[in-house]
Amino acid sequence: MILAVLPLLVPLATALLCAALQGMPRLQRGASIAGAILLLFCAVALVRQVVLHGVLTLAAGNWPLPFGIEIAADRLGSALVLVAATMLTVTLVWQFSDADNAPFSPVLHPLLHGLVAGAGAAFLTADLFNLYVWFEVTLICSLGLLAHGGALRQLDATLKYFVLNLFGTLLMLAAIALLYGATGQLNFTALGEAAARNDSSLMLPLVGLLVIAFLIKAASFPFFAWLPASYHTLPGPLLALFSALLSKIAICALIRTLGGIFLSAPEALFAVLGWIALLSMVSGVLGAAYHWDMRRILAFHSVSQGGYMLLAIALTSRTGDAAAIFFALHHSLVKAGLFLTAALIFRHTGHYDLRRIGGLYAAKPGLAAFFLILALSLVGIPPFSGFWGKYLIVRESFLQGEFLWGGVALFVGALTLYSMLKIWLEAFWKPHPDRNWQPHPNTRLLSAYTGLGGLTLIVLWMGLYPDPLIGFALDAVATLRGESP
Amino acid sequence: MIWAVALAFGTVIAAGIYLALSRDVLRCLIGLALAGNGINLLLFTSGRLRTNKPPIIGKSESALLEAANALPQALVLTAIVISFALLCFSLVLAVRLIKSAGSEDVASLRSAEPFPTDPVKPPLEDAS
Repeated sequence: MILAVLPLLVPLATALLCAALQGMPRLQRGASIAGAILLLFCAVALVRQVVLHGVLTLAAGNWPLPFGIEIAADRLGSALVLVAATMLTVTLVWQFSDADNAPFSPVLHPLLHGLVAGAGAAFLTADLFNLYVWFEVTLICSLGLLAHGGALRQLDATLKYFVLNLFGTLLMLAAIALLYGATGQLNFTALGEAAARNDSSLMLPLVGLLVIAFLIKAASFPFFAWLPASYHTLPGPLLALFSALLSKIAICALIRTLGGIFLSAPEALFAVLGWIALLSMVSGVLGAAYHWDMRRILAFHSVSQGGYMLLAIALTSRTGDAAAIFFALHHSLVKAGLFLTAALIFRHTGHYDLRRIGGLYAAKPGLAAFFLILALSLVGIPPFSGFWGKYLIVRESFLQGEFLWGGVALFVGALTLYSMLKIWLEAFWKPHPDRNWQPHPNTRLLSAYTGLGGLTLIVLWMGLYPDPLIGFALDAVATLRGESP
Repeated sequence: MIWAVALAFGTVIAAGIYLALSRDVLRCLIGLALAGNGINLLLFTSGRLRTNKPPIIGKSESALLEAANALPQALVLTAIVISFALLCFSLVLAVRLIKSAGSEDVASLRSAEPFPTDPVKPPLEDAS
């Protein structure tokens, strides 16, 4: 089915078109937005098709499996493609406003579409080496987006992002080489069958190496240093797109490998993953508690929230994996929304640092409402979306007798509330440090509020009516385990 | 022969990691490139090492038994192209960074994450 590769072909074609139009900025922007909306339509059609008719597969060049490179659009992949397409559209619409938008440069639109093409293909591919290639495509595009501003702090951030991510890439390539040497397979289904036949003492170090590579890319403890070192140098909408996409590619790969392909991997691997998840949650949330720059607070929370998804994967049950999928979808949208809210706060006050701003509740009550909904969703207060994700994870930990894991997850939730309260009290509640301060009079924010409003509506829907999405996630887990839902 | 090759790759990767741990930006990037080449060679070897045997499955056989598997050779070409592109990008990045920061010591490159001056609170982030 051609629909399975459209999430990769459409943004690639748009990237090329935008690169060709780089002398004509207005035309380039139009082509870019048209490409994003087309991608959004394709993603919706893909999700619909997958829900109605099951996994859509396409083997490159009609090679018989497991020899051909297979693109398999299942529920997990297509839902994440839909999130990517939504976030790309929001990012591009945001560019019409003046809220900390990315500075114009001829490479901006090609890189954005390249990033989404890489992410979309990484979500859908069913071939290990192909997955590596798409990881690299997103890495190259994200490096370009980090560096294209050209300021010293951006270059510095790019270097740190590059070195640590490249190290992860090298480990991934080594793991792929060793896995191919041991099993002779690259296709996910064939690899899973071969791994189940192989000696588990041989598979443990190989799968472990692959998991470590994914953990570096997912910014988990102790490999997360690249994320809080680089994200805060990005302009607002790019920051939102990065936080929604980049670590989710690795989380998606982890759900696929540990929840499907290598489900028969030794218990020890999952136990270690659980402890890594706990340390990620705690270290991320403590890092956030120290900071006062909203971007850095939220970036550290990405580490901590990533820990919840890892914990859900480490539980190795259907509910656990489904919770990881639900949490990944929820977190992409909520965290992106919070970064966009921070960009709007920056537009109104001129600062991201909480010590220099205040008084926004009186000046901009609408923005305060957006922040409150998104922040409570992130913390997991019912009836918002984060509650359902955390509820599933904590309940599953307690049911499995892992009381410490569940307890730490609850405790980290309380610390997350502390950080969100800090932003609320400092940015919205306290009076502005300068008594004569007025919000910026001439702002062009209609498109920004439209994008943020759209995201908030989706988040509200996920929170108030989570049943279809949880059912969808459970079906996705069944597909990953090779059953028909 | 496989043990000698493994030892050689191990040495290359170890040398790369040693350089990558250096505080000098350029050394660090060259070390990563070296380690990447070592891992590319590892990928190349994952399809067996054989000489003088074409990768052709004979009429009476159903699998490639003796000759080297050609697929990892195709994979390693892809990996080489990618690592070369990343190396080029990283060298340009390093030159720009060293020129504008005036230092090539990683420990002094802190403009994205400035050192705190206050014992409790992080430094004020400027609006830019």
